[in-house]
Amino acid sequence: MSLPKVNAVIVGAGAGGGIVAKELAEAGLRVVVLERGKWYTPFDCRKDSLRNQRTTALGNAFGPDDERHPRVLVDAQGRERILRASEGGYQNNAACVGGGTLSYGAMAWRFMEKDFRMRSTYGAPEGSSLEDWPISYDDLEPYYEKAEWEIGVSGDDSNNVFRAPRRKPLPMPPASPNREYEILKPAAKRLGLHPFDIPMLRNTVPYGGRPACMRCRWCVGFACEVDAKCGTQNTVVPKALATKNCELRTECTAKEILTDDRGRVRGVAYFDSDDRLREQSADLVVVSCAAIESARLLLNSKSRLFPTGLGNRYDWVGRNLQGHTYTGAVGLFEQETYDDLGPGAQIAICDYNHGNPGLRGGGLLCNEFIRLPYQFVAVRPPGAARWGAAHKEFMRKWYRRSMATHGPIQEMPVFTARVQVDPVVKDHWGIPVARLSGDKHPHSLELAAFLAGRAEAWLKEAGAIETWKRIPGPGLSGGQHQAGTCRMGNDPKISVVDKYCRVHDFDNLYVIDGSVHVTNGGFNPVLTIMAIAYYASDHLKKQWKGRA
Amino acid sequence: MKKTGKVRRRRFLKAAVVAAVAGPTIACQRASSPWRFLTVEEARTLEAVCGRIIPADQDPGAPGAGVVDFIDRQLTGFHRRHQQSYRDGLAGLDQAATALHGKRFADLPAKQQDAVLAAMEKNQAPGAAWKQLPARQFFDLVVSHTMQGYYGDPRHGGNRDAVSWTMLGVPASPIRGRAKYDLTKT
Repeated sequence: MSLPKVNAVIVGAGAGGGIVAKELAEAGLRVVVLERGKWYTPFDCRKDSLRNQRTTALGNAFGPDDERHPRVLVDAQGRERILRASEGGYQNNAACVGGGTLSYGAMAWRFMEKDFRMRSTYGAPEGSSLEDWPISYDDLEPYYEKAEWEIGVSGDDSNNVFRAPRRKPLPMPPASPNREYEILKPAAKRLGLHPFDIPMLRNTVPYGGRPACMRCRWCVGFACEVDAKCGTQNTVVPKALATKNCELRTECTAKEILTDDRGRVRGVAYFDSDDRLREQSADLVVVSCAAIESARLLLNSKSRLFPTGLGNRYDWVGRNLQGHTYTGAVGLFEQETYDDLGPGAQIAICDYNHGNPGLRGGGLLCNEFIRLPYQFVAVRPPGAARWGAAHKEFMRKWYRRSMATHGPIQEMPVFTARVQVDPVVKDHWGIPVARLSGDKHPHSLELAAFLAGRAEAWLKEAGAIETWKRIPGPGLSGGQHQAGTCRMGNDPKISVVDKYCRVHDFDNLYVIDGSVHVTNGGFNPVLTIMAIAYYASDHLKKQWKGRA
Repeated sequence: MKKTGKVRRRRFLKAAVVAAVAGPTIACQRASSPWRFLTVEEARTLEAVCGRIIPADQDPGAPGAGVVDFIDRQLTGFHRRHQQSYRDGLAGLDQAATALHGKRFADLPAKQQDAVLAAMEKNQAPGAAWKQLPARQFFDLVVSHTMQGYYGDPRHGGNRDAVSWTMLGVPASPIRGRAKYDLTKT
């Protein structure tokens, strides 16, 4: 059934799509947002340590559900496995209004200048598709600022001597220090490092009509009970709806993007919340489903003119899937380090993001979010008992006397780390599912080993009596930081979208989310996704006015 | 009219009493176990296993924290796909205990129970059951479910009275009313 035409359909109401919806609706376009998940509120925060977005022992709290959304994972030996959404290896990002921003840890990093010029700074290692971005930090700077002020960021990076220039400080002050911060800050200074307060998309004072954080321990993985965490679901999405130009349709799963005989995009076919197939026509379509699902949607949009999917003329859609290899160390301390002051992660250093001898790029280091008791079960030195009296004693003795420092490293993109659509497995609606395959680049593991050593040294300087490293394995990255599958570039032969996120070959199809990242920085990527959404929306609005 | 009414009432009461007495009897015959999925014997074995994975000391062990209740509940809920593993694995564990030490697992002293579990962990437990389901895989499954039940949220049946959180020195979650709506029960 075909629905009355609108100006824009946005698929996905997450970090990217939520912002585009608000920008376009405020500019007067009639917008429909299709979101496959539900709209959760602070009342849906159950602080369940077994069922949230980080610990999924009893399922994903904010989607997708296990029943309707399988994926296929192909391992290094070529073995295929069908995965449930709450299973490891699925590379999940939440499915709900706000996307990952409802339940994230909410670190709000700007990438550094060199993060946009990785190839010209370091050269591409063998086996990597490393490239520079077609845009620079300066192009995004005003939009980083817009994201910080419109969505809301607290923190203080004035002591971060490595940060890229900013015109305006952050709108909110940092939270008062917790005990880990008090211990780690002087230790970092003794090592000659430059510690500072992590910028967070979290209210430390009332902001945007919502209250300040109450410092509880259920933060990353949970919806905020007092709505102090700033996501798109409690900022730009309500603003978009307030314009009356925007309609949000939840529990609507996109099937394919529709094109006409002349090869122009004409709308989106989707299944509504009653599983009925609908067609929404539109002047333009914006895909904002995060790196894996955006690639899947483009690849599933096949037709006579586009037999391999949209934007995929040169087989680049779904390539270069990357996330973040987390690496770090754990330390045990004689004194109590736990003070029950959430969210926990508060102090960071950027000393190792660039300029590491013999290595390309690097990553931030920070202290970890509060580890809930069940999450601490897996924390132990190599060889320690994992069950029995000794394990129980370890839990009792060290739960309140331990710290972890870690960080996301800048991964080297790999052409063969990719999203395809599976030829056999289909989801609940009969749509071919994402098929993931590939590995990390060896350099990413080298970098991870280096950064884990730096994390361990920081803990030792802070007085840890025992430390051990946590170094990741070679398997595919993606997860909440998924990026790279619809690379931005000037040359249509080696990229999917242009520097304004417009899919090459089309004048009315855009991908606006982490998919367009050429590289993913040594930082949590969400503020960059938000900045790109504002930046691309500005371009879209100008284009729109030009044609009207 | 009045009389018939009385009779009717008496008859009704009689039927009601019969129903009330018979009801539980029928229920008992249908399911002789008080558990949702486990049989009485399985629960006894599982309780003994959990009791070695997290033994009682100055703080309650896994059985005292309701971990068997947690696992039984999840086996009819989120972990229902593991039902067959528990059915086969618990039987296999008792066979392994008998082969190694001459008694069912729950009847062994703690030291010998630990020896059986160590053999499971090394994938060296005897028995035909482990051809289908490797001993190590079943042991890992029970360890992970025991940890979930002991250190997870009391709302799922384990961690009774938040004993593990008290042990670790982190106060239980303050109830704010909304916590009572359980979206996992569908």
